[in-house]
Amino acid sequence: MSDTALPGSKNPAARNLFAALQLDTRLLGMIGAFIVLCLVFNVFTDGRFLTPRNIFNLTIQTVSVAIMATGMVFVIVTRHIDLSVGSLLATVAAIMAVVQTDILPPILGLGHPAIWIIAIIAGIAAGVLIGAFQGWMIGYLSIPAFIVTLGGLLVWRNVAWFITSGQTIGPLDDTFTMIGGIGGTMGETASWIFGFLAVAATLWLQIASRRRKASHGFPVKPVWAEVTMGVVTTVAILGFVAILNAYDIPTARLKRIFAASGETLPEGLTMGYGIPYSVLLLIIITVVMTVVARRTRLGRYIFATGGNPDAAELSGINTRFLTVKVFALMGGLAALAGAVAAARLGFSTNDIGTLDELRVIAAAVIGGTALAGGIGTIYGAILGALIMQSLQSGMAMVGVDAPLQNMVVGTVLVLAVLVDIIYRKRTGD
Amino acid sequence: MATPLVEMKDMCIAFGGVHAVDHVTVDLYPGEVVGLLGHNGAGKSTLIKLLSGAYKADSGEIRINGDEVHIHSPRDARVQNIETIYQTLALADNLDAASNLFLGRELTSPLGFVDDDRMEAETRKIMGRLNPNFKKFNAPVKALSGGQRQSVAIARAVYFNAKILIMDEPTAALGVHETQMVAELIQELKKQGLGIFLISHDIHDVFQLCDRLAVMKNGQLVGSAKTTDVTDDDVLGMIILGKCPPGATPGPGALVDDTVVG
Repeated sequence: MSDTALPGSKNPAARNLFAALQLDTRLLGMIGAFIVLCLVFNVFTDGRFLTPRNIFNLTIQTVSVAIMATGMVFVIVTRHIDLSVGSLLATVAAIMAVVQTDILPPILGLGHPAIWIIAIIAGIAAGVLIGAFQGWMIGYLSIPAFIVTLGGLLVWRNVAWFITSGQTIGPLDDTFTMIGGIGGTMGETASWIFGFLAVAATLWLQIASRRRKASHGFPVKPVWAEVTMGVVTTVAILGFVAILNAYDIPTARLKRIFAASGETLPEGLTMGYGIPYSVLLLIIITVVMTVVARRTRLGRYIFATGGNPDAAELSGINTRFLTVKVFALMGGLAALAGAVAAARLGFSTNDIGTLDELRVIAAAVIGGTALAGGIGTIYGAILGALIMQSLQSGMAMVGVDAPLQNMVVGTVLVLAVLVDIIYRKRTGD
Repeated sequence: MATPLVEMKDMCIAFGGVHAVDHVTVDLYPGEVVGLLGHNGAGKSTLIKLLSGAYKADSGEIRINGDEVHIHSPRDARVQNIETIYQTLALADNLDAASNLFLGRELTSPLGFVDDDRMEAETRKIMGRLNPNFKKFNAPVKALSGGQRQSVAIARAVYFNAKILIMDEPTAALGVHETQMVAELIQELKKQGLGIFLISHDIHDVFQLCDRLAVMKNGQLVGSAKTTDVTDDDVLGMIILGKCPPGATPGPGALVDDTVVG
């Protein structure tokens, strides 16, 4: 996971540079591939790919799959698979839609401020319960995860159909739809504040970690390497905020917003969208899941079980209950992803989340999660989801035919795994 | 030497009609190494898994320092300060030495988060004692040699103050130098008053390291003896034929006819 050697490097200076930075070369490779991909699409779309508007759209299109991909990392790391996430998303989205349009309004009144949160809580509860049930069948009844979730793929897709009688449910609650993407953004000022807080937090973590290592007498990176890392993360975070802020809200829409509060739009005023709430949600989930993976016993046991299930069992880890926890977590994340997906559409449709299981698994695998278990990172899965989405929408923008798009995406998935295998063989990792 | 550290009396376990362990009785005193010998499938690993909590006995009685205990899981065994070093090493290959050493018993910060730095510091301390050449603290144990991996497994037992140590073929995967290192470590642990069960195929190993030996065949105890009272050939006869020599105490699995001859 944390490899410091640069494979195949002929240049000793570069080797020292990267070794000093102690970067994950695998991650660097992925970021490099992603940047190349973006630049190529940018050329072929005459500069339309790397505009604030398209980057904004890319991020909100990625959120739903990326949220689930973080959970899929844990599932695959423990040597399981979950084929049911797309269908589970549909069931949970249907439950949330019915709760907020059919059940709650007669009780609380239409547009009551508590509706959205009750709907989401109901959805998460349903997702966690369904996930835990599937995990129980896998862990305690020893039915292979492939079979349980293949059954789940059919069952939950049609439970969703059953709940809604096949109808599209909506329009959804106004507050609820704000977590969908463009309908709910933080605005420029709040986005900058968030950006600076994030920079302060990452720098503080970096310094704290260095001090802790030094206090135990461990070797630490040279100061210049730490400073470089700090500058790179700062630029990346603030650059991301700046890009999202640079996408201006269209004047017609601004006029409507001002008209709604009884004011007129001052001449020449422009406002950027800033960070969408859905992206904020994804950032929070990423941080939480990374902390779980690296700093909690649960995460440690997930990776230990994936690396050697017998050793984990002999060390007193309850691997059966661990399976239940992992699948329950996956269910909860599918519920959040379902909330984002339904909110983005404004409706809960019958085919919501179709084929998402494949996108989610592909994102995790492209992001470096090994199907043999024991290896995987949360940030890798997010990057994997971003690469998949960029590929898909980039080709659509270039005007590649739909069948060709899917052929390319499928090929890229297989090639990415091949490159990963070759990389691991070379580094012996 | 009044009360044995461990007494396993009349232990039985069967898997689908096969009596893997059939009324076996063994004991172990503090500061003693007892070798368990036998063919593959003789039941020695199974017997020891009853003590380490990996299997649950069908019948029998385990006493630690004279008190009867019930061991149903690896966790129960750890409570009794029983640590096991398995043939297959039982390490999670993808994790580093510190994570493996503390697996299942992680050190945590006041907020409940895993404290990797403190665990690494503790690991460096104990490895400095056991195997000063050990340097790869941040690599997954997959990248370590057989001997280094074995020292991680042994460090785990030593760090948590094991009183009873079970070693299943501890030198099977090791080179000459590394085997020597493990042998020295066993002597060191003996001096500290630990009781060690050593499972081995290698008779020379057993004669070099053990004070007593017990031989199993087809799930039954052939006999037990002090290593000073028997010869290599005697022990081979016990393993292959189930013949108990005069210097040994016969068990239920001994060939009755041959014992008369001696």
